[in-house]
Amino acid sequence: MKEVVIEAGRTERNYWRDLWRYRELFQVLAWRDFAVRYRQTAVGVAWAVLRPVLTVSILTVIFHRVAGLASVGDAPYALMVLAGMLPWMFFSTAMSDAASSLVSNTSLVSKIYFPRMIVPTATVIVSIVDLLIGLVILAVLMVAYRYAPDWRILTLPALVLMAFLAALGPGLWITAVNVRYRDFRYVTPFIVQFGLYISPVGFAFDNIPESWRLLYSINPMVGVINGFRWAVLGGEAPLYPQSLIISAVMIAALLWVGVWQFRKLERSFADVI
Amino acid sequence: MLGRKARRAARHVIDMSRGRQLVSGDQIEEFWALRDVAFDVRRGEVVGVIGRNGAGKSTLLKILSRITEPTTGRAVIRGRVASLLEVGTGFHPELTGRENIFLNGAILGLSRAEIRGRFDEIVDFAEIERFLDTPVKRYSSGMYVRLAFAVAAHLNPEILIIDEVLAVGDVAFQKKCLGKMQDVADEGRTVLFVSHNLPSVVALTSRAILLVEGRLNAEGLSRDIVGQFLKMTHQPATAGGDPAAYRRPHRNEGHADIAGVRVCGAPFGAGTAAFGEDIVIEVDLDLKRRVEEGIVNINVFNEQLEAITTLASGDSGFAFTGGPGRRTVRCNAGPLPLIPGEYRLTVGAAQKGGGLAWDVLETMPGFRIDGHENAAWMNWPRRPGLVLFDQCRWSES
Repeated sequence: MKEVVIEAGRTERNYWRDLWRYRELFQVLAWRDFAVRYRQTAVGVAWAVLRPVLTVSILTVIFHRVAGLASVGDAPYALMVLAGMLPWMFFSTAMSDAASSLVSNTSLVSKIYFPRMIVPTATVIVSIVDLLIGLVILAVLMVAYRYAPDWRILTLPALVLMAFLAALGPGLWITAVNVRYRDFRYVTPFIVQFGLYISPVGFAFDNIPESWRLLYSINPMVGVINGFRWAVLGGEAPLYPQSLIISAVMIAALLWVGVWQFRKLERSFADVI
Repeated sequence: MLGRKARRAARHVIDMSRGRQLVSGDQIEEFWALRDVAFDVRRGEVVGVIGRNGAGKSTLLKILSRITEPTTGRAVIRGRVASLLEVGTGFHPELTGRENIFLNGAILGLSRAEIRGRFDEIVDFAEIERFLDTPVKRYSSGMYVRLAFAVAAHLNPEILIIDEVLAVGDVAFQKKCLGKMQDVADEGRTVLFVSHNLPSVVALTSRAILLVEGRLNAEGLSRDIVGQFLKMTHQPATAGGDPAAYRRPHRNEGHADIAGVRVCGAPFGAGTAAFGEDIVIEVDLDLKRRVEEGIVNINVFNEQLEAITTLASGDSGFAFTGGPGRRTVRCNAGPLPLIPGEYRLTVGAAQKGGGLAWDVLETMPGFRIDGHENAAWMNWPRRPGLVLFDQCRWSES
C-alpha cells in the first residue's frame, strides 16, 4: 500500500520525481488550454493566421516602405519580417500566458495538490500550436516568393526550444511573484509592447550600429530571432555567433532565476493566492 | 531625505520582485492555525471533523491533502487519497460536460483509462445525458454540482477527504450524495468528513474530532462530540436568541426570510410541552416579493442531533402564495410521541418542487418535552430509543 508522509520540507526533496509522476495532469491541462483557446470565436483558428499576417503587413509597410530599411541579402522583406516575428509572437504569447497562469487557475492551486510548475509550463507548450500554424504561413509565403530553404532549416527545432526556454524563465518568475503582488500583471504587457521595438522584429539586425550589437544581444530574443532568420532564409541572414551566445547565456540565467524564485515561493502559493 | 525615500522605494521593488512581503514597522503577526493536533484514523473508519469557523478544520484538510506544507509536525497516510475540498475544482466553463469529466477526473487523480471505464456510471449518477455536449457554462447550478459530485463520487480512493461539499445542491441531490458517502463508508473505505452540517456528521460518521482554536479539544463518538460542541457554541436550548445566528449561508436569497420561529406560543427555544400535548410550531416569514407555492419543512432532532422526523407542509398539500409582506405559517403536529428532553429544529422555506432553499435556519433550539408525573421511564436515563409509545396495551393470556 502506498504510504505518504507529510512534513516540512518533504515536497522539496521529491520535487522533480513528483513532476514526472504528474505528467498526465500536465497533458490534460495543456489539452484544456488548447481546447478552450478558440472556443466561442467566430473565425476560430483563423485568428492564429490573421494575427501574424496583419502584423507582418503593417511592419513591412512601416519599416520597408515608409522608413526605407533594407532586407537582408536578396530575401523579400515580408519573409524576413515573418521569420523574425514568429519566434517573437511565440515568446510574447507564451510569456504573458505563463505569467498569468497561476492566478487564473486559483481554484486549482488552492484546492488540489500537484507540482505547481505544471501550470505555467503547460501554457507555454500550448503557444507552440500558434507557432506551428505560423510556420505553415511561412511555408506558403516561401512558396509564393519561390524561396527555397537549405539544410539550415533543420536547426529550427533547437531554436524553437530556445524560444520556449526564453519564455519559460521570465514566465515562471512573473507568475510566482504575481501570486502575492498582482502588480506584475501590468509588467507583462509592458515587456511585450516594449520588447517588440527593442527586438529586431520589423527590421534586420544589420541596422544596429556595430558598437551596440553586443549590448543589444542581452535581450535574449535577439539571438533567437537572428537564428530563425538564418535558418529560414538559408544564409542570406548571418548568424552572429557572439550575439547568439550572449542571448543563450541570458536565457539560461533567466530560466535559473525563474525556477529558483518559483520554487522558493511555491510553498506559500495556496495560502496567499 | 529624498535619497532615503528613493532607497526605500527601490528596496520595495526588489522585495516585490522576489515575492517577499512588504513590511513597514512590525506588521507581521505569527499565528498558528493548528497546534498539537494528534489523532489516528483506522482503516475503514468514517471520522467527522467539527469546529467553529477558524478553528483550523480547513487547514487540517489542506495539510492532509498536501496543498500546504506544515511548518512543523508530521502526518502519515497509507493508501490512495482523494480530497474533495470543493466540488468542480478545475471545471472549465467553456468545455462540455463530457470534456469536463475527463479534465476533472485527471485533476482529481484518475487516469484516462479509469475515467473511460466509469464514464457511463458518472453520467448516470449526474443525470445529464442530454447535455453531455453542452458547455458547462450553460448548465444550471444544480446540474453543475451534480456533474461535479458525480466525478468525485466515482474516484474510488482508499481514503476520501471531504470538505463541506454537501452545502450545495438541492435537497434530493444532497440525499443522493449522503447516500453515496454512506456506500463509500460501507465499502470499508476511510473517510474524513469536515462539515458544518452537524446532523449529517452524526448520521454519517461514527467518530468525530473537535477542533477549538487550532487545538484538538475532544475526540470520541460523533454523537457525544457533537453534543459537546453544541453546548460550547450555541446558547442552551432553552434560551431563545437571534434566529439569524442559525441561518445557512448558502441559500436562494430575496424570496422569503424566516424571521422567527415559535413553539407552543413561546419564542424559539423557550417552548415547552408536556408529553402528550400538541406541539404547535409557528414560522414567521418575511416575504421579500410575491412567491408562488412556497413550502415549509421542519426537521426535528434530538440533542445528539439524530434526525427524528421531518414535518413537511407538502405532506398535507399546504403551500403559501402571496407577498410581499409578513406571513405566519402554523403547523400543529399533534402530540408527538417524543421521549422527554430537549429538541432542536431545522426550519426551511423553499419553492415547491425543489431547487435551492430560500432560507434555512439550522439546528436551532426548538422545544422541551416534559414527562408526566408517576412515569417510571423518567428514572431510566439510558432507555434506548427516540420515541415513546405510552398507548401500548400489554396483556397476558
